[in-house]
Amino acid sequence: MAAVLESLLRGEVSVAAAVRWVARSTRSSEDSSAEAAALNSLRPLRKEFVPFLLNFLREQSSRVLPQGPPTPAKTPGASAALPARPGAPVRGGRGARSQLFPTAEPLSTAVEGALARRGGRRRGPGPSRERGGRGLGGPEEGASGESLPWAGARRPRGSGSPGSPRLCDPPNLSNLEEFPPVGTVPPGPASRTKPSRRINPTPVSEERSLSKPKTCFTSPPISCVPSYQPSTLDTSPWGLGLPQGCRSLQEEREMLRKERSKQLQQAPTPACPVPESGSSIPSRTGSLTAEPADPARVSFRQRLELVALIYSSCIAENLVPNLFLELYFVIQLLTVRRMVATKDSDFESSQGALDSLETPLFQSIHDCVFFAVQVLEHQFQVLSYLDKGTLKLLAENERLLCFSPALQGRLRVAFEGSVAKVSLMIPPSAQAVSFQPETDNRANFSSDRAFHTFKKQRDVFYEVLREWEDHHEEPSWDFEKGLGNRIRAMMSQLSAACSHSHFVRLFQKQLLQMCQSPGGAGGMVLGEAPDVLNMLGADKLGRLRQLQERLVAPQSSGGPCPPPTFPGCQGFFRDFILSASSFQFNQHLMDSLSLKIRELNSLALPQHEPGDEDGESDVDWQGERRQFAVVLLSLRLLAKFLGFVAFLPYRGPEPPPTRELQDSILALRSQVPPVLDVRTLLQQGLWARRAVLTVPWLVEFLSFADHIVPLLDYYRSVFALLLHLYRSLILSQENEGEMCFLNKLLLLAVLGWLFQIPTVPEDLFFLEEGPVDAFEVDIPASERGLDSVPVVDQQLLYTCCPYIGELRKLLASWVSGSSGRSGGFVRKITPTTTTSLGAQPPKTSQGLQAQLAQAFFHNQPPSLRRTVEFVAERIGSNCVKHVKATLVADLVRQAEVLLQEQLVTRGQEVGDPAQLLEVLCSQLCPHGSQALTQGREFCQRKSPTAVEALLPEETPAAVLSSAENIAVGLATEKACSWLSANITALIRREVKAAMSRMLRSQGPEPAARVERRGCSRACEHHAPLPSHLISEIKDVLSLAVGPRDPEEGVSPEHLEQLLSQLGQSLQCRQFLCPTAEQHLAKCSVELASLLVADQIPILGPPTQHRLERGQARRLLHMLLSLWKEDFQGPVPLQVLLSPRNVGLLADTRPREWDLMLFLLRELVEKDLMGRLEIEACFGSLREAQWPGDFSEELATLFRLFLAEPHLPEPQLRACELVRPNRGTVLAQS
Amino acid sequence: MILTKAQYDEIAQCLVSVPPTRQSLRKLKQRFPSQSQATLLSIFSQEYQKHIKRTHAKHHTPEAIESYYQRYLNGVGKNGAAPVLLELANEVDYAPSLMARIILERFLQEHGQTPPSKSVINSMLRDPSQIPDGVLANQVYQCIVNDCCYGPLVDCIKHAIGYEHEVLLRGLLLEKNLSFLDEDQLRAKGYDKTPDFILQVPVAVEGHIIHWIESKASFGDECSHHAYLHGQFWSYWNRFGPGLVIYWYGFIQELDCHRERGILLKACFPTDIVTLCHSTA
Repeated sequence: MAAVLESLLRGEVSVAAAVRWVARSTRSSEDSSAEAAALNSLRPLRKEFVPFLLNFLREQSSRVLPQGPPTPAKTPGASAALPARPGAPVRGGRGARSQLFPTAEPLSTAVEGALARRGGRRRGPGPSRERGGRGLGGPEEGASGESLPWAGARRPRGSGSPGSPRLCDPPNLSNLEEFPPVGTVPPGPASRTKPSRRINPTPVSEERSLSKPKTCFTSPPISCVPSYQPSTLDTSPWGLGLPQGCRSLQEEREMLRKERSKQLQQAPTPACPVPESGSSIPSRTGSLTAEPADPARVSFRQRLELVALIYSSCIAENLVPNLFLELYFVIQLLTVRRMVATKDSDFESSQGALDSLETPLFQSIHDCVFFAVQVLEHQFQVLSYLDKGTLKLLAENERLLCFSPALQGRLRVAFEGSVAKVSLMIPPSAQAVSFQPETDNRANFSSDRAFHTFKKQRDVFYEVLREWEDHHEEPSWDFEKGLGNRIRAMMSQLSAACSHSHFVRLFQKQLLQMCQSPGGAGGMVLGEAPDVLNMLGADKLGRLRQLQERLVAPQSSGGPCPPPTFPGCQGFFRDFILSASSFQFNQHLMDSLSLKIRELNSLALPQHEPGDEDGESDVDWQGERRQFAVVLLSLRLLAKFLGFVAFLPYRGPEPPPTRELQDSILALRSQVPPVLDVRTLLQQGLWARRAVLTVPWLVEFLSFADHIVPLLDYYRSVFALLLHLYRSLILSQENEGEMCFLNKLLLLAVLGWLFQIPTVPEDLFFLEEGPVDAFEVDIPASERGLDSVPVVDQQLLYTCCPYIGELRKLLASWVSGSSGRSGGFVRKITPTTTTSLGAQPPKTSQGLQAQLAQAFFHNQPPSLRRTVEFVAERIGSNCVKHVKATLVADLVRQAEVLLQEQLVTRGQEVGDPAQLLEVLCSQLCPHGSQALTQGREFCQRKSPTAVEALLPEETPAAVLSSAENIAVGLATEKACSWLSANITALIRREVKAAMSRMLRSQGPEPAARVERRGCSRACEHHAPLPSHLISEIKDVLSLAVGPRDPEEGVSPEHLEQLLSQLGQSLQCRQFLCPTAEQHLAKCSVELASLLVADQIPILGPPTQHRLERGQARRLLHMLLSLWKEDFQGPVPLQVLLSPRNVGLLADTRPREWDLMLFLLRELVEKDLMGRLEIEACFGSLREAQWPGDFSEELATLFRLFLAEPHLPEPQLRACELVRPNRGTVLAQS
Repeated sequence: MILTKAQYDEIAQCLVSVPPTRQSLRKLKQRFPSQSQATLLSIFSQEYQKHIKRTHAKHHTPEAIESYYQRYLNGVGKNGAAPVLLELANEVDYAPSLMARIILERFLQEHGQTPPSKSVINSMLRDPSQIPDGVLANQVYQCIVNDCCYGPLVDCIKHAIGYEHEVLLRGLLLEKNLSFLDEDQLRAKGYDKTPDFILQVPVAVEGHIIHWIESKASFGDECSHHAYLHGQFWSYWNRFGPGLVIYWYGFIQELDCHRERGILLKACFPTDIVTLCHSTA
């Protein structure tokens, strides 16, 4: 491989030819024969070239980027063997490396920490990996560092000969050195072996190679290739024999090894290695003054230019696995602070050998910066699309200015013209999913029990969520410990399948609501109207707190290639799924997620017509772009969780250890149908030119794949398609109808990220493109699709790929002299604007009319179609509601009347409710047919006005009327098809509900059903409150019943006032509820009994503790009038004649019966009680146990009352007849 | 009416082991003249209920019931007109109405073959004239009218107070022209949890968004507030978003700590209401 580079350096081969050679494998006519010959001989190595180049650059930069390149090339191992040279960096322990950097490393903490966590994206402080940084088996989640059951995917990568001095331990997650907690600097282990920085083509033992998942894209293994990475075995045409290049590689390796051991011996190994970035790290700004870079002091300008050119060409041709990783690397070179003092004599000797790779490429800071600026010049186009902040930092970079004023000028122009401000969104505090009767009321559940269980579950779910919000940032808090049992208890109640689907809907809605954007931010509620007031009613404290958290919290993006994580609120949902560990739940969730993904993925998104409006300023267009962003972000979120749940059962820390095991797993897994047919969706997406929508979510889905997935035929073809797509997204090609630049950039970013995911085989990217063709889809060139619409802007790009922001951090840390971790720049924080997703157009496509309608829309602006479809959808839906509220409600009222009749005629015994329902329905359901007429009428009436209001004023009359007609048709179709299918069931359901309501209220409180009179219109509702009156009367009653203190009593005036207030309250009725009226009635009856028995203690002079007769009678009169006139509910007057109440008289001495008789007569007189009723009461009184004399008096009273002809004026004197012989005193009024 | 925790504790301190009679209430009013009577009664009632909840079990052991019943029988045997049951309740520090229930239940058990149903007992307590024994009927009635914390009359008063405040609130909402759905309408639509009012268009109160309003005609102490939070307020939040609770008789200031999260407490109808402005442009 080195030979290729060397021949390039020697000028034997032009860069263009080399890139063509690498990119296309076939010889181009442009190549000269000499070039062709030179390259042809190296043909077998063609696909190794890029990995080699990348590793070579990493290797070369190792002295300036002391932590080892934080920008690993994920490349197959059979590549970068360097010719041995004296100046090769020391590969010893960390201490040795530190020695090269007497001061603390410039780039350490931030990047280092992040990368260490990222685990394996670079050769960090973890166990060494031979293969360029894929090694460290770190936890996948970033900041928390916790170990999750599913998170063991970072298998130790790297193969190698058993004898190679390599650490390949599985990651020890509890090792604080390897996985430093966020915000701490890992202490340098004293005896750690310095990881090899180079991608080491160590021969792989047979067994190991078979067990390696890298063989994923291979056909049968070829066992007799000793020194090759298995990745290259099958597809390489030289598989069976060791070709020339291979030999040279081996030689190179051998030389290198020798050289390295020599170096190791020579290197003055410190007795006590300096901690790599230890706790004693000096403050960055203090110690790290950057070495100045001077263009005049660049060592081998030409050579650097050449390498930069070929490197840039590889980037431009998408031959590197991750565009942004390379940019990151280049910016690292640009911002190198210091170089190890290396101008040693070894280099001097080889000064002349410019064409040799033995001379270090970067001999000084000047070289690095020169190279970086060269590459940046080539990548200007990409740079110009970065966000404004990054552009500013680049344009202000003094080195860049110094090395290339031209580039700086272009960047400044780009900065000035840029409108790509990327702002962070503030996450709103959690909002609950609102209760929607249409989907959530009792009618949607199989049983009352299921309904009430779900009611409780909803509350438990939010309780758990709130608790998580409160505690999840506390270091001592543990999700599983804190909430696990509660979640499982809740899940175990979800027995019915229907309940599961309800819960999943809630879960998914809440997920979308809380986490639409990556930080768990968002605030855009899909499919629900945005709550504008949420924006207005800023809970300032909460926002302030969130802001503070944001500024204090470390950046969580975790380097240029962070692992898939669940930032912010997403963590809750992930942990919930894990803690719930319910397979029913997971299944329902997958079903639901898949459905929603399909739905959103096929959503008809706007297709901007280029040129018809003035682009950015077009209001419609802004909205459409926003809508796209919402859909895309939702899809990514859903797909991420789908991937997480779908591959959850298969995730493990390690790939299968042996080939046999792997084969058997493969055989099993290939039987399992994919949870979502992503291949078809991808193919359709490519075909319909909607890759910009489909690929980003597909990447999220695949990022959670387990080790086996990429080996399955099905997914292999998906990866192949993606790779093919990646290669085809050449940024510099911008043809008419091609994908837009930022769309491409988004796809390149997400795909590049995917190719770095540990479970994705690392050799996948450098695979020969053989199998791809089999799945290649023919993309109709003429068809315009979403891809050619500039739907992606920088905001969306950065939201989807926050790791691109690492570039800015790197540049910012250069400016501030501080690490990138704290994000040393001030970020503008602006609240998000809410958007809502447009209604999904109904799918109606039948008949010629439909075709005509389609044709009509074809030449109209898309907003017209959306408007019409929207109106039709809404009017149709409103129509159903209207019919429900009018026709059905009328029928229900009729049913109630019918039922009332039944109740009256048959009394309480109405018989079997089911039968009754049948009777009612058979009478009422035929009326349902009116629904269609009414529905049609409704749609005809409503749709045109709505369409007219929503379309531009200038819409031509003919267009308007057609649009209106189509809207009417669509709305009618929607409404009538629903009505005709459901009206009978609806009527039935409503009647049933009304019936059960009525039968229920039949029971204990008949008073409640009585039609009530309201108070008069003039009433100002100033009457005393019933509760107050009950309370007052209760006090009087308790005084009367006793016990009481001697000084306690009531005044007659108070009693009178109380009764008049009672009258007011009963007349006003504003505040009167049935229960209160009932109790007031009861209390008034008790009061009457106490008056009759003269038991109310009256305040006044001690001698006169009794109520005067006249006063008592006046009070009784008031009561009688209240009973007669004001009470609307029944008054339990018979209680007056109950043994207990009559018995009150027995205790009074002397007994007085006149008030009793008065009361009885008045009751009859006022028609409050019938004589017969009173006689019946007498009957039961006679049966009661009384003292002898009392019985006699009672009997006399009865006789008197019964014997009396019904006279208008009470004949009180009659009582006197009883008096003389009984010896009682009858006080006369 | 909004009390600090310390103020509340001072009042609660005075209520330990005080029988729920009108005399106690009178004394309490004299002790805290600055507090409204309704607030004091509400606090008293709630504190007393807490006390009863704590001691409820010990009054319901078979031994206790038997001993109460025998004491009752002895008492009325000597003098049926004396407040036997009421004094017994006060003596053993139990609510008179609840004591009446214990004795009535025991009495019916003795005089009937089958154990009396709950509804029969409730009905007799509501209307003691149904009680077959005249003396017991009077005793029970005396307990009920003298109990200011328990019993059917107290229940009715509480219910009425709640209802009245809902009506009051409804009137205020209408007056402010805020359209709403009330509990009955919500129930008819099949909502599983129903606050008193859901605003059809949310408003902001003191800068907080309000989707629903719940009226509580009681004092918001820690215990009841937590129960309400768990059983009602969070459930409303879970379904309808942030809302407002009005504790008409006040609440402990410190409990108003969920404002940011979406549960706002007030002791009266808010004056600072911001409505959504419909632009006329």
